[in-house]
Amino acid sequence: MKRRVPLAMVFIVSLFMVIQYFVPLDSLAWMYQYLLDWTIIIGVFALLLGIWSLWHVSYGKIKQRAENWQYSIVTLAGLFIMIISGFIPGWGNLNNYVYEHLFYYVLVPIQATMFSLLAFFISSAAFRAFRARSILASLLLFAGLVIMLRFVPMGPVSTVVADLAGWILRVPNMAAKRAIIIGIGLGAMATAFKIMFGIERSYLGRD
Amino acid sequence: MKDRLKLVVFLTVIAFIIQATVAFAQSEGETADSVISEQPVTPPPKPVIVSGEDIPNDNGHKLKLNWEYPAEWNDSIVRFEIYRADSPDGDFRRLGEAAGGIFSYLDIGSKKKDDPNYMPNDQNLYYRVDAVSKSGVTVQSEIGGPFQTSGQWFHKGKVPVLIGVVLFAIFTIYFIRSARKGKDLYIRPLAGIEAVDEAIGRATEMGKPILYVLGIGGASDIATIASFTILGRVAKKVAEYQTALTVPCYDPIVMSVAQDVVRSAYLEAGRPDQYSDDLVFFVTNAQFAYVAGINGIMVRDLPATNFYLGYFAAESLILAETGNSIGAIQIAGTDQITQIPFFVVACDYTLIGEELYAASAYLGRDPLLLGALKAEDWGKAIAMVLIIVGVLATAFGWDAFREFLRVNL
Amino acid sequence: MNIFEKMVGLDRRWVFLFLFVVVTGAYFFRNSFSVNVTTTREVRSIYDFVENLDPGSKILISFDYDPSSLAELHPMSRAILMQCFRKGVRVIGVTLSQYGAGMVEEAFRKFGSEADSLYNTHVEYGKDYCFIGYRPYPGFVILGMGENFRIFFPRDYYDTPLDDLPIMQGVRNYDDIEGVIAITSGTTADMWVIYGNARYNMPLALGVTGVMATDYYPYLGNAIFGLIGGWKGAAEYEKLIGEKDAATAGMPAQVAAHLTIVLFILIGNIGFLLSRRSKKTGN
Repeated sequence: MKRRVPLAMVFIVSLFMVIQYFVPLDSLAWMYQYLLDWTIIIGVFALLLGIWSLWHVSYGKIKQRAENWQYSIVTLAGLFIMIISGFIPGWGNLNNYVYEHLFYYVLVPIQATMFSLLAFFISSAAFRAFRARSILASLLLFAGLVIMLRFVPMGPVSTVVADLAGWILRVPNMAAKRAIIIGIGLGAMATAFKIMFGIERSYLGRD
Repeated sequence: MKDRLKLVVFLTVIAFIIQATVAFAQSEGETADSVISEQPVTPPPKPVIVSGEDIPNDNGHKLKLNWEYPAEWNDSIVRFEIYRADSPDGDFRRLGEAAGGIFSYLDIGSKKKDDPNYMPNDQNLYYRVDAVSKSGVTVQSEIGGPFQTSGQWFHKGKVPVLIGVVLFAIFTIYFIRSARKGKDLYIRPLAGIEAVDEAIGRATEMGKPILYVLGIGGASDIATIASFTILGRVAKKVAEYQTALTVPCYDPIVMSVAQDVVRSAYLEAGRPDQYSDDLVFFVTNAQFAYVAGINGIMVRDLPATNFYLGYFAAESLILAETGNSIGAIQIAGTDQITQIPFFVVACDYTLIGEELYAASAYLGRDPLLLGALKAEDWGKAIAMVLIIVGVLATAFGWDAFREFLRVNL
Repeated sequence: MNIFEKMVGLDRRWVFLFLFVVVTGAYFFRNSFSVNVTTTREVRSIYDFVENLDPGSKILISFDYDPSSLAELHPMSRAILMQCFRKGVRVIGVTLSQYGAGMVEEAFRKFGSEADSLYNTHVEYGKDYCFIGYRPYPGFVILGMGENFRIFFPRDYYDTPLDDLPIMQGVRNYDDIEGVIAITSGTTADMWVIYGNARYNMPLALGVTGVMATDYYPYLGNAIFGLIGGWKGAAEYEKLIGEKDAATAGMPAQVAAHLTIVLFILIGNIGFLLSRRSKKTGN
C-alpha cells in the first residue's frame, strides 16, 4: 500500500501529461496549468526543507564543536544576513542599500572568482589531455588547437582558421553531438516509460 | 584500424568540400531585388478581407485573418488596424495592428468569458480592417465574415511523435516480456560501475570518507533519477563496510529523495542505526556556491573516493580537478555532452550519456530494466534507418517521406 | 628525470601562475593592442533578427545568469539591449536565475540611460521595456509563459499588474511576441530548447558562456536561430552594432589566455614526443 498509492499517482499524472501533449482541449490546458502551479508550490515548500537541513547540519557542527566548526558560523551568518536584508519592510524590491551592497560587493566578486577558476583548471586539463599519443588523439589535438586559435588574430590566416573552426563546430561536432543526443533522447524516453509503469522506482527509496 | 581511420578522414574531407561547394552555390544564387514604387497621390483604396482561417491543431480561440491590398500602395500605408465583433452591426473592438505591407493578422482571443478579448469557439465572428495612410487618412474595409474558430480533439501535426512513442512502448513491452520469460539479454560491461565496489573498498581501507555528488539537476532530470539508483547501491555498500558517506545536495527536492534512498539502503544493509539525515544535506542552489561548498568539503575531509553522477554544467571540471589534486579515486557520469571531456580528463572512470541511464539495469540485472534497455537499442536502430532514408529522400526529392515525418507544432 | 619528462609532468601550479601573469598583463595593457574580431553567422543571425524587426515589435529577453557569469554575459546583454533601444524594439525582460533580479533591474536602468545619451532616445519603463521579475523552477516557468505570462507573473518586478503596462497590452504568451533571446549560463538553456521551442515553437536564440557554446551548435538552424558564445560572441555583437565595449576590451586578455594554453599544449607535446624518442633510442 505504501508503494501502490505513489506509483498509481505517478502513472495517472504521467498518462495525463502524455495525453495533454496530443489533445489541445481547453479543459486539459486548464488542468495542465493547475499542475504547473502545484509544482511551484511544492518547490517553495521543499526550499524550506533545504534551509532546515542546512541549519540543522551547520548548527549541529557548531554545537558539537566538530572539526572546522567555525566555517558553519560563516555559513549561517551569510544565510541570515541575506534573508534579513532582503525582507526588511519598506526597503522593497531588493533595491535597498544593504542588499545591493552585499550583492554587488560580496556576492558578485565571490561568484565571479569561483567561475574564473575554470580558466585555470581548463588550462591545466588541456595541458594534460591534449597529447599526440595516437592518430585519433592527434586529430583531437589538431581540432582543439584550431578551435582555440580562432580567437587569435593572425592576419590573413585568421579567416581560414575561423572558417575551419566554424566548420568543425557546425559539421563533425554537430553530427557527433546529435548522435549522442538521439541516444540520450531514447534513454530519457525509456526512463520515462520505466518510471510511468513503476519499473524504475529508485526515486521512492528501495523496496 | 588505420584503414578505417583513413576512410573517416577521407569522408570528412569530402563532406567539407561538398558543403563548401553548396554554400558557394547558394551565395551565388542570392540576389537582392529591390522595387522602388512611386508614391500615388489619389486617396487610398479599401482593404478587401478575403478569408479568416481557423488555426488547426489547437483549442480554438485563434484565427488568421487575410486581406488584400494593391501593392503599389504599400509605401503609402502606415498600418492596418484590425477590429472584431459578434455580428455585422455589433460593436467592433480594436484587436491590434499590422504594419503596412503585411496582409494578415493572427487574432488570438481569450477563452475566458469575462475577458474583454473573449473569442468563443463555433460562433460567427466578423472582422473589419482599416488602412491608415501616411497622411492620416483612414479607410475602412467592408465587414468580413462570418468566420468561426473551433477546438480539435487531436493535434494532427504530432502524429509522427505519437507513432514513435507507440512503437517504442511496443518494443519496451515486448522485450520486458521476453526478459521475464528468461531470455538472456546481453549488456556490455560498464567499467565505471564495475569499479564502484573497488572504490568503496579503497576508502574503507584508508579510513576516509566517500563523497557522492548528485549534480545540479532537479529530481525530474533523468540523469538525477539514474544517479539515485547508483546512490542506493553505493550507500548499501558503504553501510556494509561502515565507511563514512557525504552527500551534499543542490536541490532541496533532490535532497529529500536522496535521504530516502540512503535511509532505505542503510536499512537494507542492516545498519539503520548508522543512518542520519545529516549524511545527505542541502548546501545551496547557487551553482558556484555549491562548487565552493563541495571543494571545501574535499580539501578539509580528503575523501578517498568521489562520485559525480547526475546533471553537471560548467562546475564539472572545477570539482573533478580539485578531486584529482587530493588524489581521490573519481567516478563520474553525466548526460551533458560538453562536460564529458572534462570528466574523462580528470576522473578515473566516466559513464558517458546513456551509460548513466543503463547503470540501474546493469546494477540490478532486473529483467524489467534490461528489457527497457534493449528497447532503446532497437529505437536507435530505427533512428539510424530513418536518418539514412531521410538523407536519400532529401537527395532524391521524395518529399512525401519527409512530410510524413515532419512534426508541426 | 630528463628535461623532456619534466616538460611532460610540469606541475599544474606553474600553468596557473603563468596564465595568471599573462592574463593580468594583457588586461592592463589592453589598450596597447587591438584584436580584429571576425563575425560569425550564428551571431549575425541574431543581430539581423533584431535589425529586421519593426519599431514597436516586442521580444522577450530572459537573463538567466547569476553573478558568477556576469562578467562574461553582461556585455552581450548590453549589446542586444542597446540595439533594441536604438531600433525601438520593445523588450520584455525576465530572469529565471535566483540572483538575477537585482542584476537585471540595474542593467535595464543603466543601459536604458546609456541608450538615451548615446542615441538620443527616451527609453521609458512600461512602454519600451518592462521587467517582470523572477520565479523559481525555470522549466515550469517557461512552460507557464507559453500559456500566459500572467500565470507566474501577474505583476511585474515593481508590483504593477501586467495589464497596466502598455507594453504588455495584448501580450498573452509567446504567440504575441516576435521571439525569445535567452542569455543563460546554466541548465536553463536546455529548458528553453526543450520546454520553450520544442513545445511552443517560438523563434529562439541563445546567448551562453564560452564553455557552453559548443553544446548548442547541434540546435542551430532548427531549435535556435542564433547563438552568441561568451566574450568572443559578445565582441562580435559589439562590432555589429558599431559600438565597442567591455567584450571588445576583454579580447586581448582572452587571446593571451588562449595563446598561453596553446603554448603549454605544445610544450607538453614536444616533451612527450622527445621523451618517447629518447626512450626508444635508449638514452
